[in-house]
Amino acid sequence: MTLLVAALLCLIGGGILSLHPRLGARVAVPGCVIAAVLGVIPATQVLSGGGVLSLRAEWAVPGGSFYLHCDALSAFFLIPILVVSALGALYGAEYMRHSVNRAHWFFYSLLVAGMAGVVLAWNAIFFLVAWETMALASFFLVVTDDDQAPVREAGWVYLVATHFGTACLMILFALAGGGSGPLDFDPMIATGAGASTWTLGLVFLLAVVGFGTKAGIVPFHVWLPEAHPAAPSHVSAVMSGVMIKTGIYGIVRVLTSCGVPPLWWGWVLIGLGLLSGVGGVLFALAQQDLKRMLAYSSVENIGIILLGLGLGAVGWTFGEDRVCFLGFAGALFHILNHALFKSLLFLGAGAIAHATGTRNMDAFGGLFKRMRHTGGTFLAGSMAIAGLPPFNGFIGEFLLFLGGLIAVMSAQPALCGAGASVIAGLALISGLAVAGFTRAFGSAFLGEPRSECVEHAHDPGWRMLLPMWILVYFCLLIGTSVGPLAAYNSPAWSAAWPGKTPEIAFAVASCLSCVSLWAGAFVVLCLLLAGFRLLLLRGRSVRQAVTWDCGYAAPAARMQYTASSFAQPLTDMFRTVLHTKVSGGAIADVFPGLSQSSSVTADAVRAGFYQPLFSGVLRGVIAVRRLQHGNLHLYVLYIALTLLFLLFMELG
Amino acid sequence: MNEVADLMVVLMAMTNLILLGTARLTLGVRLVGAQGALAGAYMFAANAEHPTVHVLALSALIIVAKGLVFPKVLLRTLEKAEARHEMEPYVPYSASILLGMVMLASSVWVSSRLPIAGLTIPPSAVPISIWTMFTGLFLVVARRAALTQVFGYLVLENGIYVFGAAIAGEMPFLVEMGALLDVFVAVFVMGVAVFHISREFEHMDTDRLSVLRD
Repeated sequence: MTLLVAALLCLIGGGILSLHPRLGARVAVPGCVIAAVLGVIPATQVLSGGGVLSLRAEWAVPGGSFYLHCDALSAFFLIPILVVSALGALYGAEYMRHSVNRAHWFFYSLLVAGMAGVVLAWNAIFFLVAWETMALASFFLVVTDDDQAPVREAGWVYLVATHFGTACLMILFALAGGGSGPLDFDPMIATGAGASTWTLGLVFLLAVVGFGTKAGIVPFHVWLPEAHPAAPSHVSAVMSGVMIKTGIYGIVRVLTSCGVPPLWWGWVLIGLGLLSGVGGVLFALAQQDLKRMLAYSSVENIGIILLGLGLGAVGWTFGEDRVCFLGFAGALFHILNHALFKSLLFLGAGAIAHATGTRNMDAFGGLFKRMRHTGGTFLAGSMAIAGLPPFNGFIGEFLLFLGGLIAVMSAQPALCGAGASVIAGLALISGLAVAGFTRAFGSAFLGEPRSECVEHAHDPGWRMLLPMWILVYFCLLIGTSVGPLAAYNSPAWSAAWPGKTPEIAFAVASCLSCVSLWAGAFVVLCLLLAGFRLLLLRGRSVRQAVTWDCGYAAPAARMQYTASSFAQPLTDMFRTVLHTKVSGGAIADVFPGLSQSSSVTADAVRAGFYQPLFSGVLRGVIAVRRLQHGNLHLYVLYIALTLLFLLFMELG
Repeated sequence: MNEVADLMVVLMAMTNLILLGTARLTLGVRLVGAQGALAGAYMFAANAEHPTVHVLALSALIIVAKGLVFPKVLLRTLEKAEARHEMEPYVPYSASILLGMVMLASSVWVSSRLPIAGLTIPPSAVPISIWTMFTGLFLVVARRAALTQVFGYLVLENGIYVFGAAIAGEMPFLVEMGALLDVFVAVFVMGVAVFHISREFEHMDTDRLSVLRD
């Protein structure tokens, strides 16, 4: 526990010191790295069966106490939070070198400390303070470039969304806390299992809405595609990679604290998972902005995680331990994996945006020839997120498919249905994700440059590349040596259901060892083929030519498929959901002249639900605002009438 | 001396009526001044049987301030602003007088319902003072020119003053002086403000100042 407290102090101290104009990143970045080293040691001990660490100190705030508590679940979330944040800080030190924003590193350190606080807090008030620290620090990071109007707009959307979530959480804790005394989590969990069905149901729904807003569950996801593109890339990496996972942490925590869940909980999670997964990946396909596309992809991955949690919950309800274990293990694996590859992809996107000055995928092309390292890491990240072996993304989805298959084979119709929907949904999501990331990688890195902004692009310095390669290494490590890691992962799960899981965990671990063996073999095969290619090419002259020079007399870069045209068959197929608006581009003459076409896909939930809602509220408010017209006479008349009314009422 | 106090009150009521019905600003200034002087004189008349130094000093101060100084200040503002008439009030003058009658009736009703009915010297002081307050409020609401609003404010103040003097007889000296000082400062500020408004915007209609809200 001393180490954990030291890590937290390291973060806060580094943040405060970084406010000094001469120190800045020079103290905050080492602070983040040291905190990661200090924090990962005890977290690993807890995960490998080291029991529970806790520390409680009194706090004068009513209902509050400084109660830090690190069990396996906290430790499981703590490790990616600290590691990814440290790597993001290393990257950001170079990325933000020319920034004049002095408070950036203060808020960055505060964000990391807030996230760590959220997963370690064991008291409702302390939790909310950490939660709000995290939300506000990330808000200030999102609006780093506040001189641009879209960034301010994004910050505003994020601020509203995050406080909506916090409001739900406050009600949740008020409900769960019930009586007087400090709002520690121990008594809440102790009474949780015995509470009435209605209370528990309400607590669950509030958790899904409140934590789901942070996690980016459809239909509460609207802030993600706004905030992620607006923030600097290492901040997007941390926010998308680990911050939204704190929402999932909350849902898992509530789910595991309420005893055996009713069936509808599982169905709610599966339903929201399908909605988020399919919706996220479809909207990702329709985006032109690289970081916005990655943000929608985060929504999709949150959907996959929810599918796993839902499957686990349904399995738990029916006492089907294998489905339960596989569902939860798959979800937890995917949380870890997504933290790694999504931050990797955001760092890559940052490098591209840095080099080209734009995020528009239709403007890229041929970047691989100019940015070898970025291209390589981005390819690894894309393969991982598309769930292709030998990378880590495959593992989580593999476990979910396995759990779904076992569920389908059971005799219970409800369990069978849950398994079938998870399998069907996951298959659709994975397929579309492969298309989406083929599109992202292909349009950016392959082919020829589509605009001049690519011409002078080059790899960033090693300080930015090193964190990316470290993340690739982690992705590959998990993908190829998952067997031992499965044993490492299982305590996080079995902490909630002691004594039930060892044999299942063992079976799954042996199954995964087989997967990792094949993945390792695949890597070795690739290396062999690469070596064979080198051998073949040795001593021969190698000529460079344009890509796709097949038979055209005068090939031009404009003949290539763009990112938008690559996705067009799919976006057309789902146009009832996407409502992509295309303008221009129609061909009228036999010999058409210059023409232009543009397409834009607005968020369906935002355009279809939130905007009508908020503009309705605004109309109502404007009607009231007519009273505030600036006419002094009428103001006096209001006062006079009110006074007269009161006088006559009193006398009459 | 009740008859004298009664006379003062009746005269105040008449100034109210004329104020409601006139468009001439100079006449308005004079009437407001006269009403202030009447209020001061009422104070003296109501306590004439056993006059104290306190009452004497206060009445004299009020007569000087409200009856002489304020009209002087406002007339000077009026001269500088070169305005003579109120243009297009929200409520026309004839309708204002009719509404004034309604207000008089309701103030009589209000004063009959008040728990202090019949205790005052003279009995007409309470309804008339309430009517004066209503008239002041009405002038503020129903007239456009900034100067007429100053009239409204002063009339309202007169009503409050007479009402207080009628029920409580003597108020602590400090309270009276404080209220008088407030009015004094307000009149100066408003005089200056009206002058500046008319210089900047070439009019002195407050309804056209609504752009300055928020």
